[in-house]
Amino acid sequence: MGRANPAALLALAALSAVVLVWSTPLLWMAIAAFRPQNFGGLDMASLWPDFVPTLDNFAEALDSADFPLLYLNTVVVCLGTLAVQLTTVTLAGYAFARLRFPGKELVFYGFLLQLMLVPPILIVPNLVTITRLGLYDSLLGVMAPYFASAFGVFLMRQTFRTIPKDFEEAAIVDGATWWQLVWRVLVPLARPGMVAFGIVSVVSHWNEFLWPLMVVSTPDNQTLTIGLASFTMGAESASQWGVIAAGTFLVAAPLLAAFALFQRQFVNSFLFSGVK
Amino acid sequence: MVAEVEGRIGMAAIGRRSAGRRSQAGRAALLLAPSLVFLAAFTYWPIGQVIGQSLTIETFGSDTVAYGLGNFERLLADDSFGRALVNNLVYALGTIVPSIAIALALAVGLQDATRFNAALRTVVFFPVLLPLVAAAALFLFVFLPGIGLLDYYLARLGAGNTNWLGDPDLALGSLIALTVWKNAGYYMLFFLAGLQAIPLDLYEAARIEGAGSWARFRRITLPLLGPTMAFVLVIALVNVITQVDHVVVLTKGGPSDSTNLLLFYIYQQAHENYDYGKAAAATVLSVAGLLALSFLSLRTLERGIHYET
Repeated sequence: MGRANPAALLALAALSAVVLVWSTPLLWMAIAAFRPQNFGGLDMASLWPDFVPTLDNFAEALDSADFPLLYLNTVVVCLGTLAVQLTTVTLAGYAFARLRFPGKELVFYGFLLQLMLVPPILIVPNLVTITRLGLYDSLLGVMAPYFASAFGVFLMRQTFRTIPKDFEEAAIVDGATWWQLVWRVLVPLARPGMVAFGIVSVVSHWNEFLWPLMVVSTPDNQTLTIGLASFTMGAESASQWGVIAAGTFLVAAPLLAAFALFQRQFVNSFLFSGVK
Repeated sequence: MVAEVEGRIGMAAIGRRSAGRRSQAGRAALLLAPSLVFLAAFTYWPIGQVIGQSLTIETFGSDTVAYGLGNFERLLADDSFGRALVNNLVYALGTIVPSIAIALALAVGLQDATRFNAALRTVVFFPVLLPLVAAAALFLFVFLPGIGLLDYYLARLGAGNTNWLGDPDLALGSLIALTVWKNAGYYMLFFLAGLQAIPLDLYEAARIEGAGSWARFRRITLPLLGPTMAFVLVIALVNVITQVDHVVVLTKGGPSDSTNLLLFYIYQQAHENYDYGKAAAATVLSVAGLLALSFLSLRTLERGIHYET
């Protein structure tokens, strides 16, 4: 401490360099999105903000893709998936944490299998299943493969294990019905686990691309990432980099803003998600 | 009163013990059923289905189907598949080693909880939240020859224009750079958590015995981060196999298959060539690879955890 030793200075310099490089693409996005469209072509990469920010790029982006619909579809997919997942993972997590039954370990390993064989690797057979179920080109088809979540079950099992059994027993002694037990005791106590799982789930489905790309065929059912991809191709051929920056900004902003607001929550749930 | 209630619970418990065990199993089945239905439909059944499909040979224009290893033969004879396999190995090494090294360095460098460090950590973590497609859209400009971010600033250092995505020798490297940028912040998070679990008096003792900062890192930090390291490695491996969104947006596997990765190859066969037999055969091999990897990594994880205690 205090002594300016050369190795420490070097480390600090290297660290600053890495952080500088890391911040550049997003910094450029934020600056380029608010620049006038006729901004000097060859200096497009400059990182000096223009001092008369404009929303022209956003107007153009909103014009060339149906962003309200894309937002709506993405929100439906994220919340719909989450709602079903919260039900399935809470029930199964409780069973693994509290109940004794034959073959428990085997069943648990059967669940854990999904941590590795994640749905993206099974896109080919899942597409067959989805088509047979008549869910091709529907938002339900985008969501269905994710309705069971091994990660969520694992997380809820851990959560229920941290809740002392006394609470449940006390509620039973007090004459609580099963329904009251669930809604007044278990759900409130398990909320931290649910929030952690919810954040990870929403982030990953907000960002998902390959599976929706395979399942969805009409523009009506596209999600933000698909919209952004096709919109980017169009804008690229016209070299409208400011518009691409604005479109990317629109897609990424909700999550970045949520992170800025709830940083601690996010970090904790992502640490949990190591077992995803 | 209390004793009476306890007595009643106790009696009931004894009376219902054997029946209770059975009803617990019944309740468990009920609670597990929703998850199991979806797991069966979208994890277990697809594995059987894809194996069946990989062994089915359909002839165009005829209703008869034959069974055999034809799809696998065609797959292995396809040069693009070989390229995808090799590319995926290069991509795995090229992304995992640097992103873990950078993540570790950042975690060690930014571990003290100052406000400045917190800001820097946020900057490094932002790319994690970005959809891979959005990151790819941004990097379309980063890699733009001549006027893009990379060339614009490299030109100041005297470098010429480079076709980062169009040159078969560079394209995979460019995708690797994007992936490292995107994932390092995520892995940093785990290392930061791992570092917090290392007792400070270990460092204190080492310092008293005259160990320099590099020795402290080599002898204390690195070994004690073993379990975290194994953990991060598993996540990184899964990422390498399951995330190809940037390939779709930036290169479509080209130029001349130089950036084709396994999952993108599968997607191409199924979605663009409608060759479901070949796509299924490639899926079967990938699933087998993933299962083998997860078995290995589980064992590594276990060893890592034993090491800790």
